[in-house]
Amino acid sequence: MIDVQHLSKVYRVHKRPPGLRAALRSVWRRKFENVQALDDLSFAIAGGERVGFLGPNGAGKTTTLKILSGLLHPTSGSASVANFVPQQRATAFLKTITLVMGQKQQLLWDLPPSETYAMNRALYDLPRKEAEETQAQLLELLEIGDLVNKPTRQLSLGERMKCELVAALLHRPKVLFLDEPTIGLDVSMQARIRTFIKEYNQRFGATVLLTSHYMEDVAALCPRVIVIDKGRLIYDGALQQLVHRIRPEKRITIRLSAPADRAQLEKLVPPEAISGQTDAQVVLTVPVPRVSELLRAALGSLAVQDLAVEDPPLEEIMRELFQSSAAARPAAGVKG
Amino acid sequence: MKLQLGHAVRAFPTLFRVGLAEMIAYRAEFIIWILTTNMPLVMMALWTAVAAEGPVGRFDSKAFQAYYVATLMIRLLTNTWMVWQLTMDIRQGALATRLLRPLHPLLAYAAEHMAAVPIRALMVSPLLIVLLVVTPGHLALGSPLRLAIFLASLVGAWLLLFFMMAMIGSLALYVESAVGVFEVWLGFHFVLSGYLVPQELMPKWVLPISNVLPFRYSLGFPVETMIGLNSNGQALRDLGVQWLFVVALFVGTLVVWRKGMRRFVAFGG
Repeated sequence: MIDVQHLSKVYRVHKRPPGLRAALRSVWRRKFENVQALDDLSFAIAGGERVGFLGPNGAGKTTTLKILSGLLHPTSGSASVANFVPQQRATAFLKTITLVMGQKQQLLWDLPPSETYAMNRALYDLPRKEAEETQAQLLELLEIGDLVNKPTRQLSLGERMKCELVAALLHRPKVLFLDEPTIGLDVSMQARIRTFIKEYNQRFGATVLLTSHYMEDVAALCPRVIVIDKGRLIYDGALQQLVHRIRPEKRITIRLSAPADRAQLEKLVPPEAISGQTDAQVVLTVPVPRVSELLRAALGSLAVQDLAVEDPPLEEIMRELFQSSAAARPAAGVKG
Repeated sequence: MKLQLGHAVRAFPTLFRVGLAEMIAYRAEFIIWILTTNMPLVMMALWTAVAAEGPVGRFDSKAFQAYYVATLMIRLLTNTWMVWQLTMDIRQGALATRLLRPLHPLLAYAAEHMAAVPIRALMVSPLLIVLLVVTPGHLALGSPLRLAIFLASLVGAWLLLFFMMAMIGSLALYVESAVGVFEVWLGFHFVLSGYLVPQELMPKWVLPISNVLPFRYSLGFPVETMIGLNSNGQALRDLGVQWLFVVALFVGTLVVWRKGMRRFVAFGG
C-alpha cells in the first residue's frame, strides 16, 4: 500500500543572525543553508497495517507524512501510496488518503461542523446518500451527533478533534496519515480517539500511519513501529521486539503492606536492579528469564500486598533508542 | 484542472452556499471592508467641484457623478480579497488543507469569492437607484446588445482581478513580500484603470499604454460601457481584449502556481 524508496528531502533555509546589521546585510546577500530533513529513507507498509512512525522532534516524521500525502515534493528517491505517486496529486489519490494534523484544523471556525461536512461532500464529489450514511456511522462511533450543529468555535478541543476526524474520514479513505491526532487532549479523550482509530481500521480495512509523542497511542494502536532520527531509519519492526531488544527486562512493581529493608531487597536482586523504593512500594528491574524465580522469592520474603509485571515504559525505551542513535550517527540505520 | 471542471460545477452550489454562510457569519467585517472603498466618492466630490466651472473634456458635473457612481459599483462588485487570503494561507501553511482536497484550490477559492457577489450586489443596488435618479440619462444599458456586452465585461473584470490576485498571491510561494508586490500593482491599477481619473482625461500618451495593459479592462472598460462612454463597436473590441487578458492571466496564474507548488513547504505543522 505504501512504498518508500531512498527518500530524501532537503529544505533550503534562509539563515540570518540577529541584529540590525545582519538584517541590512541580508537585503543584499542572503545566506541559505541546506537542511537534510530526510536521508535515504526506505520502508514499505502493507494494506490494513497500523504502523507507528516515531522519532524525536525534527526527525522528519511530518516531512515524510507530507510527502506521502502529496503536499511536498521529495528531493530524491520515490514514494508510492496505493499505486499513486503522491506529489502528482491525482484526484483518485486524494480521494484515497487523508492527513489529520492534530495542530491544524479544516473545520470552518465560525460555522457548525455540519457545514464543513457538506463542503467536503461536495469537494470529494460524494453521492449524498453514501456520504450521509458514512457521516452517521462516524458520528455514532465518536458519539458526537449532538455537536455537529454547534459553531466550531464553541466546541472544546477534544470535541473539535472528534469533529475533525469525521471531516477527514467522510470520504472513507483507505490510507490514514495521522500526525499527533491526540495532542493536547485529556486522557479519556485520547483513549476514545485511539479506540475510534482502531475501529475504523478494522471496519474499513484502512492502512494507518501514525505519529505521536504519546507512547500510549503507539502501544495501543501499532503492532509495528518505524523509528527515524535525523531523517534516517533506525528501526523498523514489531514494537514488542524493539522493547525486548532495547530493554530485555521487566519492571516488577511490588506494593507492600510492611516496609522492606534494603538488605532484604539486595538478597533478591543486585543493588542496580532496585529502580525505586519507598515504605509502601519497591520497583525492581530484572532480566526476563529471572522474573518467575524472583516473584517466588519476593512472595516468600516480602510483605507483598499486590504486584505488577510490566515492560519498561515505552518513553524510556524510545529515549534510549534515540540516545544510542545519536551516539552512533552517522552510521547507517538498522532494520529490525 | 480541465478534468475537474465537471466536478467543480457539481460542487459549486454547495461551495457557494457555504461561502455565503461564512460571509453572513463575518457580515460586520465584510460591511466595514466594503465601506473602506470610498475613494470614488472623494474623487466625485473633487471633480464635480472642478466641473462646476465648466465641463472637462466631455465631462460635466453630472457626467462625473455618473462616472464615479458607476466606478464605485463595478469596484464593489468585482473586488476580492484573494491576494491577502492566499498569501496568508501559504505563509501559515493553511494551504495544505486545501491541497489535500480533490478539487483544485483555485476553483475552491473562486467559488468562495463568488459567494460574496450576491451580497455585494445587494449593497450596490441602492447605487443603481442613485445613478438613475441623480444622473438621469447616463445609464446606457437600454439595448440587449449593450446589456450583454456590459454583463460579459463585468464577468471578465471579476475574472481578470481574481486571476491577477491569485497570480500575485501565488508569488508568496517564491518570495516573502507578495503583498508588497500587490501594493505596487495597486498603485498602477489606481492610475491606469480609471479608478481615480477617467482614462480619456489622462495625458494623451497614457491611453495607448493603458490600452495594452490589463488595468483598464478590470474597471474602466465596464464603467465606460455602463454609462455609454464608448460605442458598441469599441465596446466589442475592448471585450475581446479583456477576455484575451483573462485567458493570459489564467495561464499565467497556473504557471506560477504549478512551479510554486514544488517550493511549497507547508509550514506550521
